Amino acid sequence: MSFETLANWVHNWLYETLHPTVALLVEFAIVGVLIIGLFAVLGLVLVMMERKVSSWMQLRLGPNRIGPWGWFQTVADTLKLIVKEGMTPNNVDKLLFNMAPMLVIVVSMVIMAPIMFAKGIQIWDINIGVLFVAAVSSLSIIGVLMAGWASNNKYSLLGAMRSGAQIVSYELSAGLSILVIVVLTGSLKMSDIVMAQADGWWLFKGHVPAIIAFVIFIIAATAETNRAPFDLAEAESELTAGFHTEYSGMKFALFFLAEYVNIFVVCAIGATLFLGGWMPFHIGNWEGFNHVMDYIPSSVWFFGKTFLLIFVIMWFRWTFPRLRIDQLLSLEWKYLLPISMFNILLVTIIALAGWHF
Amino acid sequence: MTREELKQLLTERFPDNAVDDAGQFLQIQVPASQWGSFALFLRDTAELQFDFLFCLTCVDWLKHLTMVYHLRSTDYRHELVVKCQLDREQPVIATAAHTWRTAEFHEREVYELFGVQFEGHPDLRRLILPDEWEGWPLRKDYEDPVNMIKL
Amino acid sequence: MYRETDIIQTIPGTDEMVINVGPQHPSTHGVLHLVITIDGETVKKVEPHLGYIHRSIEKMCESLSYRQFIYTTSRMDYLSAHINNHACALAVEQAMGIEVPLRAQYIRVVMDELTRIASHCLWWGSVAMDCGAVTPFFLAFREREMINTIMEETCGARLTMNYMVPGGVMFDLHPNFQRDAKAFLAHFRSKIDEYDELVTGNIIFQNRLKGTGFISKADAISYGCTGPTARGSGVSCDVRKWYPYEVYQQVQFDEILETAGDSYARYLVRLAELRQSMSIIEQLIDNIPTGDFQAKTKAVLKPPKGEFYSRVETARGELGVYIVSEGGTTPYRIKFRSPGFSNLSALDHMVRGQKLGDLVAVMGTLDLVIPDIDR
Repeated sequence: MSFETLANWVHNWLYETLHPTVALLVEFAIVGVLIIGLFAVLGLVLVMMERKVSSWMQLRLGPNRIGPWGWFQTVADTLKLIVKEGMTPNNVDKLLFNMAPMLVIVVSMVIMAPIMFAKGIQIWDINIGVLFVAAVSSLSIIGVLMAGWASNNKYSLLGAMRSGAQIVSYELSAGLSILVIVVLTGSLKMSDIVMAQADGWWLFKGHVPAIIAFVIFIIAATAETNRAPFDLAEAESELTAGFHTEYSGMKFALFFLAEYVNIFVVCAIGATLFLGGWMPFHIGNWEGFNHVMDYIPSSVWFFGKTFLLIFVIMWFRWTFPRLRIDQLLSLEWKYLLPISMFNILLVTIIALAGWHF
Repeated sequence: MTREELKQLLTERFPDNAVDDAGQFLQIQVPASQWGSFALFLRDTAELQFDFLFCLTCVDWLKHLTMVYHLRSTDYRHELVVKCQLDREQPVIATAAHTWRTAEFHEREVYELFGVQFEGHPDLRRLILPDEWEGWPLRKDYEDPVNMIKL
Repeated sequence: MYRETDIIQTIPGTDEMVINVGPQHPSTHGVLHLVITIDGETVKKVEPHLGYIHRSIEKMCESLSYRQFIYTTSRMDYLSAHINNHACALAVEQAMGIEVPLRAQYIRVVMDELTRIASHCLWWGSVAMDCGAVTPFFLAFREREMINTIMEETCGARLTMNYMVPGGVMFDLHPNFQRDAKAFLAHFRSKIDEYDELVTGNIIFQNRLKGTGFISKADAISYGCTGPTARGSGVSCDVRKWYPYEVYQQVQFDEILETAGDSYARYLVRLAELRQSMSIIEQLIDNIPTGDFQAKTKAVLKPPKGEFYSRVETARGELGVYIVSEGGTTPYRIKFRSPGFSNLSALDHMVRGQKLGDLVAVMGTLDLVIPDIDR
């Protein structure tokens, strides 16, 4: 029994036994609980993964005391953060200061809506799915700016301003590289984009613009999530902790969680657009091979691809030095943006001439 | 320039100042009032070119303070020690910070540890000690019953 | 809404604001306190406030005997503790006229160079970390750990070795020393290429360092810079070359000079010095002569009246020890001319008008060790 049949069964049962409005509300509640659960699990898994990846790259063992191979370290960390006092320093703008982490976390929750986690498992197959993601993800900068300004701290302010300049710039490249796939697919809908890759993922179909767009997307995604080498907003060695310098306890944990969930989200989008989402790996006419691939559950495909991209982004972080703010902006405005524009032009010509397949 | 040539040149130019050739470096005693112009002379004379002040310090001799400047020429590789005697009650000397910029920090250090006033120093404040510190710690008669342990 | 308690205030009439970097800050590598004035991201002025770790070692030395005071200097530049001790031992030997046995000289130089490699390794890791790459730090510590183990075997300590005594070294070498040192060199020779691959060749890293923190040759001399900081600007100032001590005259090595004067030049100088240090150790390690490791000295040292100045090349530059002796058992006055102090004074000149991120990178390439500056 796959997730899809389970979901359909629950849906039908609810609508048969309850009043439609009540059934809808119950479904909301179920989805809410699931998303929050997914958040918690993702936070734990990704933080652990980051620690293990970094320790592997840095000749260390990483956490290895709590639980088997240290897997419960993040649980312990979370407990500590929950128990800690949620300090609000004097002289901060209290409303904005407390609202900022909420806003950031809400944004990364909302962004989950159009993502297809497996075949048929999607919260909302909105017809402007990709646009929705692009639009909502740029809201998180408001939370960061609020945090930086309300903290009444110069380091926070600098970090927030850097983050603002950075996310606003890299939105452009990310958006344009997403657009390439939209042009090739002819739809903004996530399910359509995945279905269009049934006979091959966009990255491997041999379209040059798609490959360029993938590279740009990975760079822009790294920048948008404020990860090294674009972690100027936090820039430990320059700004101590950037915009969340003044935060502690659970408020800090929310920023932290949002950062990791954002990584998951952008990688999920990347996997959906360029690597076929839950679509298994198929090779032309190799019926037997394709059949075997189909036996692997679609959720495994989706999460496998997503975590592969997450690993790549973590790999960046533990390898590269950080860029300087002017280099960061000139990379975007002088190189990535013109290339993206040219790329869009190229893919439009291909699409208009009907050369794509 | 060899040490002999240097000694000869300095004795010719400054017959009043005692040139001492006994120690590790060639030494010259200069009155504190002449130090400013003497420093410029050492740096700007073509055959001397003492452009590198590698050590600047002060010694408390209880009767007087002595400023000690270790100078080197990075081109000619000759070295010279200049000493200036200062009055212990009112130690005042011209700054060398405009001649050798490294002197700015070194003089601030000497100022707070010995209480030497450097005239014309661009920014004569305490560098290491807290602003409200009293006394000149590296002087021999400095007493601090809390922090100093007499052996 | 403006409130009295807002600390985000600009200097009246300008867009500049004042930020305290340190004393607790990840990039100052200790308790250096910089008060910087910035306009947006641009650094307008840097003003170092020192003294958070000032222990007045110079005053302490005035009440310690000539045998004792050497070991206070381990706590100055703790990364080249052995070389600091060397400078003091040289000063005392010069004052007393002690002839150091050849074996001790070889041991001292080999140990100096090992210390230099350890110090430069740590610097390499931390400059990469200042630029935002964390992994090199751990790679560098792997090599440093090997050196520390070698040191521990012979000297009994890992960081502040206290291995020098006036007239030689405290103990003879551990029987495994030569084997371990050679094993380390073989290991390090392959790893230093890895360093180059991972960091030196990285385009982001090069862009971060090139053209930043420029200091011209004349300014470097005027600010009293020494060591790799000055050699990055083309100032030939290697004490080992110009005023050779111990057996440095007999070994072949190059003084590394770069003329660019920017952070990248300083980086290249230090990286090349690692290779030079390796070559020095390789030349000496097999030829350590047999004999005494310590000269016969009196129990109580009483140098004659006079002034003595000795200098060595530490990992950071020229360390001078100026001793004024009155003929007693303790020095009358000691002055340590520490390289970090002068190098730090050039920081303001180097970073004016550059970005905040550059300030951190330039501090990294200056290789500041705070106790060395505060003393």
